[in-house]
Amino acid sequence: MNNLRQTWQQLQQGMRRDRVFDFIAENRMPFRGQGHMALPGVVDVSHGTLLYLENVSVSFDGFRALNNLTLYIDDGELRCIIGPNGAGKTTMMDVITGKTRPDSGNAFFGQTLDLTRMSETDIANAGIGRKFQKPTVFPRHSAFENLELALQADRRPWHTMRHRLTPTQQLQIEETLHTIGLLAERDRPAALLSHGQKQWLEIGMLLVQNPRLLLVDEPVAGMTHQEMEQTAQLLTHLAGRHSVVVVEHDMDFVRSIARRVTVLHEGSVLAEGTMDEVQNNPRVVEVYLGE
Amino acid sequence: MQKSSFFTTTFRETLLRDRGGAVLLSVLLLLMIFIPLLNLGTGVDNPLHVSTYTVTLLGKYLCFALLALSLDLVWGYCGILSLGHGAFFALGGYAMGMYLMRQIGDRGVYGNAELPDFMVFLNWQELPWYWYGFDHFWFAALMVVLIPGALAFVFGWLAFRSRVTGVYLSIITQALTYALMLAFFRNEMGFGGNNGLTDFKDILGYNLQQDGTRVTLFFLSALLLALCYALSRYLMNAKFGRVIVAIRDAEDRARFIGYRVENYKLWLFTLAAVIAGIAGALYVPQVGIINPGEFSPLNSIELVVWVAVGGRATLYGAVAGAGIINYAKTWFTSILPEVWLFALGALFVIVTLFLPDGLAGLLRRRKTAAPPAAQSQSGEAAA
Ligand SMILES: Nc1ncnc2c1ncn2[C@@H]1O[C@H](COP(=O)(O)OP(=O)(O)O)[C@@H](O)[C@H]1O
Ligand SMILES: [Mg+2]
Repeated sequence: MNNLRQTWQQLQQGMRRDRVFDFIAENRMPFRGQGHMALPGVVDVSHGTLLYLENVSVSFDGFRALNNLTLYIDDGELRCIIGPNGAGKTTMMDVITGKTRPDSGNAFFGQTLDLTRMSETDIANAGIGRKFQKPTVFPRHSAFENLELALQADRRPWHTMRHRLTPTQQLQIEETLHTIGLLAERDRPAALLSHGQKQWLEIGMLLVQNPRLLLVDEPVAGMTHQEMEQTAQLLTHLAGRHSVVVVEHDMDFVRSIARRVTVLHEGSVLAEGTMDEVQNNPRVVEVYLGE
Repeated sequence: MQKSSFFTTTFRETLLRDRGGAVLLSVLLLLMIFIPLLNLGTGVDNPLHVSTYTVTLLGKYLCFALLALSLDLVWGYCGILSLGHGAFFALGGYAMGMYLMRQIGDRGVYGNAELPDFMVFLNWQELPWYWYGFDHFWFAALMVVLIPGALAFVFGWLAFRSRVTGVYLSIITQALTYALMLAFFRNEMGFGGNNGLTDFKDILGYNLQQDGTRVTLFFLSALLLALCYALSRYLMNAKFGRVIVAIRDAEDRARFIGYRVENYKLWLFTLAAVIAGIAGALYVPQVGIINPGEFSPLNSIELVVWVAVGGRATLYGAVAGAGIINYAKTWFTSILPEVWLFALGALFVIVTLFLPDGLAGLLRRRKTAAPPAAQSQSGEAAA
């Protein structure tokens, strides 16, 4: 019996090291994460920091997309990340959400959750929501259904087989549709929405998902000036209850929302501070703002 | 909310929203009433008489329809193009065939009550262990769902967790059914080799040649098709179904909002395999034989054509596609057998090019000016 257990443990260890069998080591039991139940609310932020990225490096075929990146996000903070194209902003979000594994460095959510060892699903369920650079919604589902799918709820198959929206949840979705200005598009397939509307729908999905940390990649691309203002309002409103990390190109937009700005350049942090500080930083002017 | 009202409202909503399904269930109900009446209740010379041959032929179509329904669940709704789906059908068929073999008893050519004829022929002395239990109907019935289900579960567990998708998944499912076919062809496997299992006599004590037995099998095929349809429709209308479609359309998105994609695929794939197994088990007593040819990759590909022609992700489309193509096949192969495969291939190409939503899509387009599926496609193109 002991022998058997030993063999099993060895087998597990072996699988942990062998990247081919990652999928076995990662989720040994269906429906369960990494030993801890990954639920929003168990994130340990007793030191006031929600996200720790320390010396994170990622290479693609020898090209260093992230180069010893170190970045901390406080609980409840609204942070803007700017940087020229190819600076590694999207790659950073990929690392945080488990899409890309760093070659070296740490990524922790709170003090205890090691993001580099969690699956995308575990990370999402731990409370990190993401809006992609290219708006990604479910094209065949109506705006309402998109929100229903994102709504914070038990995600397991057995539950979704029997799930019906409670009146409260229904109301929450309708309210969110109102907030993101898509009440009139409630029953239209998301594929038919305009680019800006899709951006909003994706933000709405983040809202109902109610994550601890929102990662928002270029949210105002393709939006009119007025839509941009609304988005700025929405994101500022979110900060406090959630932490928000916004990657954006549009300087006016960043200026309108940012308290703290981080400039990325060639995969690492070039400068950090208020918008004015950053803008007057000679190195930043040189590589980015001065172009 | 009370349980009963939950289900009745669900049922009512489901039927109201699902015209095609309502038509299908009505047709099945009519068949279940009138086919037995017209076969058993009328004389052979009555002009309304439906021959037992026709009843069995229809029963066969119903089994194929059930198989198509199960493929539509995984392919139509979840985008998992299984090119080996026939394997689950064949396994269910073999499980039933083993029971039917054991029922032959000492009525075989060799009169051996202990061993099926083909084992006597191979000079085997005793029954292999994996044939134990198949004397009992309940055991065989359990295996009909367990074996395809377990295979699908293990296969899906490995494939979905390592994120094998698209054409790679199609290729390994095809390899799976091909490997099974080669294995079942071997005499040493103990499943009758090349000839498979046949010469069945009776099922649960009822003679398989009798009209009453045939009609009952037909009735059960229709009933199970109706039940599996209702179950599938319920699941696809539930939030579960919306997650499944979400996974098909934007798998990463589903993962990043916290759905464990591989578990959803795994349960759906397993359920589909179980339904396919049931279809196979109903098929075998009606056609009287199961052989390794049922594992042929070509069968699984034909199955894909049925669903494509009928229309994906509608459920009733798959049923209609299976019915229509198999009717055409019966007709063609009796007149122009050489042409059949070409006709089928041509049909597939035409449907893929001109009717991406199949016959069901054609109907929908006629009914409403702007069909949802085509609409969203043009929307995606424009975006
Ligand atoms: N999957 C990938 N394979 C190869 N190179 C990649 C990949 N993802 C990103 N890169 C490269 O890494 C660099 C950083 O990209 P990205 O993080 O998308 O930048 P940003 O979002 O700041 O514009 C770019 O030069 C890009 O070409
Ligand atoms: Mg980017």
